[in-house]
Amino acid sequence: MPDVNSLVNEFLIKLKKRKIEGSKATAKLTAELLRSFISQKRLPHTNQAGALIDAVKAVGEELINANPVELAVGNIVRRVLHIIREEDLSLTTAAVGGLSLSAESDNEDDVDQGDHPALSAAAVAAAARSTLRPPSLQTLLEDMPHSTAVPQTSSSGGDSEGKSKSADKNLMTRKLKHNVIEAVNELIQDISTCHELIAEQAVEHIHQNEVILTLGSSRTVTEFLCAAKEKKRSFRVFVAEGAPRYQGHALAKELAARGLQTTVITDSAVFAMISRVNMVIVGAHAVMANGGVIAPVGLNMVALAAQRHAVPFVVLAGVHKLCPLYPHNPEVLLNELKSPSELLDFGEFSDCLDFGCGSGSPLLHVVNPAFDYVPPNLVSLFITDTGGHNPSYMYRLLTDYYSPDDLVVRRRSTS
Amino acid sequence: MDARRVPRTVTDPKVRQVGFFAPVAPLDGSPSGPLRPTTPSPPVSGNSLSPVMIPLPRHLSSDNAPLSPLNAGGGDSFLPVGSYNPSEFSSPTATEDFSEDNFSKDTGWILNDNSGKIATSLTPGGADKAAVKQNTHSASGLTPGITDGGPPTEVQKEQAPVSSMPLKEKTTKAERRALQEAQRAAKASATAGGSKKSVAASAVVTSANANPKKVAKAPPQKKDSSSVAASEKRAGDRQTDKDRKKDVPHPRMQFDDEDRVEKAKKRSVVKQTEARNRVELFRHLPQYEHGTRLADLESKFFQLDPVHPAVYKVGLRFLSGDISGGNARCIAMLQAFQESIKDYSTRLEKTLIEKWDLPAKINGYVSFLIECRPLSISMGNAIRFLKTQIAELPLTMSESEAKASLLSDINRFINEKIILADKVIVRHAVTKIRDGDVLLTYGSSSVVEMIFLCAHELGKQFQVVIVDSRPKHEGKMLLRRLVGKGVSCTYTHINAISYIMHEVTRVFLGASSVLSNGTVYSRVGTASVAMVAHQFHVPVLVCCEAYKFHKRVQLDSICFNELGDPDAIARVSGKEDINYLDDWTSSENLQLLNLTYDATPSDYTSMIITEYGMIPPTSVPVIVQEYGGEHLWI
Repeated sequence: MPDVNSLVNEFLIKLKKRKIEGSKATAKLTAELLRSFISQKRLPHTNQAGALIDAVKAVGEELINANPVELAVGNIVRRVLHIIREEDLSLTTAAVGGLSLSAESDNEDDVDQGDHPALSAAAVAAAARSTLRPPSLQTLLEDMPHSTAVPQTSSSGGDSEGKSKSADKNLMTRKLKHNVIEAVNELIQDISTCHELIAEQAVEHIHQNEVILTLGSSRTVTEFLCAAKEKKRSFRVFVAEGAPRYQGHALAKELAARGLQTTVITDSAVFAMISRVNMVIVGAHAVMANGGVIAPVGLNMVALAAQRHAVPFVVLAGVHKLCPLYPHNPEVLLNELKSPSELLDFGEFSDCLDFGCGSGSPLLHVVNPAFDYVPPNLVSLFITDTGGHNPSYMYRLLTDYYSPDDLVVRRRSTS
Repeated sequence: MDARRVPRTVTDPKVRQVGFFAPVAPLDGSPSGPLRPTTPSPPVSGNSLSPVMIPLPRHLSSDNAPLSPLNAGGGDSFLPVGSYNPSEFSSPTATEDFSEDNFSKDTGWILNDNSGKIATSLTPGGADKAAVKQNTHSASGLTPGITDGGPPTEVQKEQAPVSSMPLKEKTTKAERRALQEAQRAAKASATAGGSKKSVAASAVVTSANANPKKVAKAPPQKKDSSSVAASEKRAGDRQTDKDRKKDVPHPRMQFDDEDRVEKAKKRSVVKQTEARNRVELFRHLPQYEHGTRLADLESKFFQLDPVHPAVYKVGLRFLSGDISGGNARCIAMLQAFQESIKDYSTRLEKTLIEKWDLPAKINGYVSFLIECRPLSISMGNAIRFLKTQIAELPLTMSESEAKASLLSDINRFINEKIILADKVIVRHAVTKIRDGDVLLTYGSSSVVEMIFLCAHELGKQFQVVIVDSRPKHEGKMLLRRLVGKGVSCTYTHINAISYIMHEVTRVFLGASSVLSNGTVYSRVGTASVAMVAHQFHVPVLVCCEAYKFHKRVQLDSICFNELGDPDAIARVSGKEDINYLDDWTSSENLQLLNLTYDATPSDYTSMIITEYGMIPPTSVPVIVQEYGGEHLWI
């Protein structure tokens, strides 16, 4: 499968060179890449799920390292891993629930591969069943009698094991792969339609004559505001231009074209204007597990100003932006310094840029960070495709999308 | 100020000391003595300065009383006209001997680097001695600097643009064409017989001369602010107050009041076209087209008799943005007034009682300046000072005496309230800079720059973070000057303030004004910087001369502000690919808002450094109360 490798390499280079930016684009491309990777991956007959997870982890690690700041890549890798695990489990449960024979055989593989060969196959099956099912009162109660019944099932199915094994294997492999790819397709679908789902909630949050402030530009925010406008809400938007990329200009133009009263302000005027603003609605780069936001630079200032004037600070984020990691020193570690040329013309300051005064260190530094970290206490509300959430709920929301085993995407060291 | 308050007596020069103070001799009034640290040591030792020293107002001035603008050779007391370089005044090594080459360097304070040359040529004898200036003045009624070699007397209209060309840094083709069109139109109307403009202009002159009642009322403050002044005012002046209030563009005129706007428009010298796509929230502020005004005003240069050429020139430079910054604008304005006072003469060479219409003239100038650019609060204070001085002249004084007295008053104001105040502020502030500090500043403040340079020359090891913002990018100029002096600098934009604030140990900010509720009224963005600094527990030090204090209070940045040119937002310098807003006026839903100032709440300010000492923002009303009338008294 050289084509997949070349695809991966190409994507890696693009990530490294920052040719692909923006969480949505990267998320989508990552998911598509992983889909083709999975579809071409040949799986061994035994323990396909484990092998697949390892393979995806290997690729995922490379992808994440290519641009560690682009958290969406890691998010998608983890979600794909989670999908694989889930599909594997659902297949297993189906097998356990339906055909005891196949379940038996399947579980035997697990035992072979696992570190505990001493455990009987039946015990593993029981354990698997109890973990797979949602924890209801019934399963808890059923648990005890089930384990006592184990020896009988295992003994009864013992003779027919050999015959059905190989046929089952092929079916299982194909089925797992097929299901995983289906699920990844769904994921891609989700990513591309997330802003529609978010925009649908616009009318619930924007009322008549509202004054909304936003900074920079985000597709999600644009759609959100336009959706409210289409629902006949009339409101006013202040757009801070968002130095150094000035995407606010484009946003303002689009909003004005859609018939919204739009006012462009400089970033420095945010504090002056925020006292007349009812709500701040912004996009995010990533949402961390503690509810903190990695956002385009400048938003921490806006959030502080909003807090000062008790203006709700609403962050729109698709689910692919939820990152299961907790940030540590995110201003530095999850940040990226861009080219100084966005702020200063090299030619203009060429005489000052030299190493000055014989001390060996340059006199002039230019700092141009790409992101800001907005701590969770400054965020009033997250609006995701699944609805509105508090920052304090983020850690819980994540468990729907990620499995705790994947938080650190690292190949298991082959000792 | 309470009108009934007994005016402060001038007899006892006692010094009141407030707050912590060391038993050291307080600031004495001599301008050069304490401000000439020949060794770097005195300012460093924090003990030598008491945090708050409030000398009695009269005290400072008494020593400097015999200052005259005419004795040009007066050493350090002489004020260079038009050129004021903060670094030379502030540096500890600078001596009191301000030699010629110091003066001839027209950088820093007033002028941007790139416009330096132009400005020098414009300044009326900018670097020259006052005597020279006087000569040129008496030669022609027109302005000396502008008509370099031009005919000094009546000039044809064709020559107007030529001589006024150096006012603009660059004249684009379109602008030139617009200018020509304007001239052609003016010519046509002139040849049509009874050119309206000239008629109107002369009408203004006659009316201004005949009765001073009809002339603009200038200062933004209430009239009754000085009790003594009021009592000594001529009876006629009293009557005028009502009239003025009625029909004059008050600096805080509410522009959503259509009647008044209409009236003001009829009077105005500058042709103001209302901007399209006005921002609804700011209808109470003037929103005019910016592009057309400069060219229009330039073309009218020789038709405007009521406005003195020096004032006219300063107005043009305000309009073009050539002079910016509170102190620079204030000094430029006062110097223009000096010129106009020198040229002023009553018809009959008698005592002041007859035909004394100087206040009316000044009012006219002020309203002209307001049309060019709204006055800053500091300028309002300076004008109030000048008017009080005029009002207090004894009626028996002869004209020449009165003029001399006024000129020296203005000189003293500039010297003490701005230049010396800055030096004292620098001395105070330098004690707050320690080795290893990372100092952040926003935009470009002249006094903050002086502080940095002074600390650098004292050998302190520190780094400067310059935070800048669109659209003016004033920080770039500051960056260039500081790096040129060898100060290690970091440059960033205002959005990155949260990122950089982690490393900062102190924030130094300048201010356009400090209001009496402690609100700092300054360049837009200052509030954001102060807020983030407050969040990160970094001390915020606001450096502001006390003449900029004002007793007004303000809670937000919207009720009173100044709107800049919206087109400046649409263009992003150096990025031609960002051109979404090129035709922004075509969409009526789209507005661009270019705010100039914002109000920083007082709880973000740790300390305000004034010449009276380092005070908390809660003490601002004290200063305003105690010294609010002082600049009327120096």
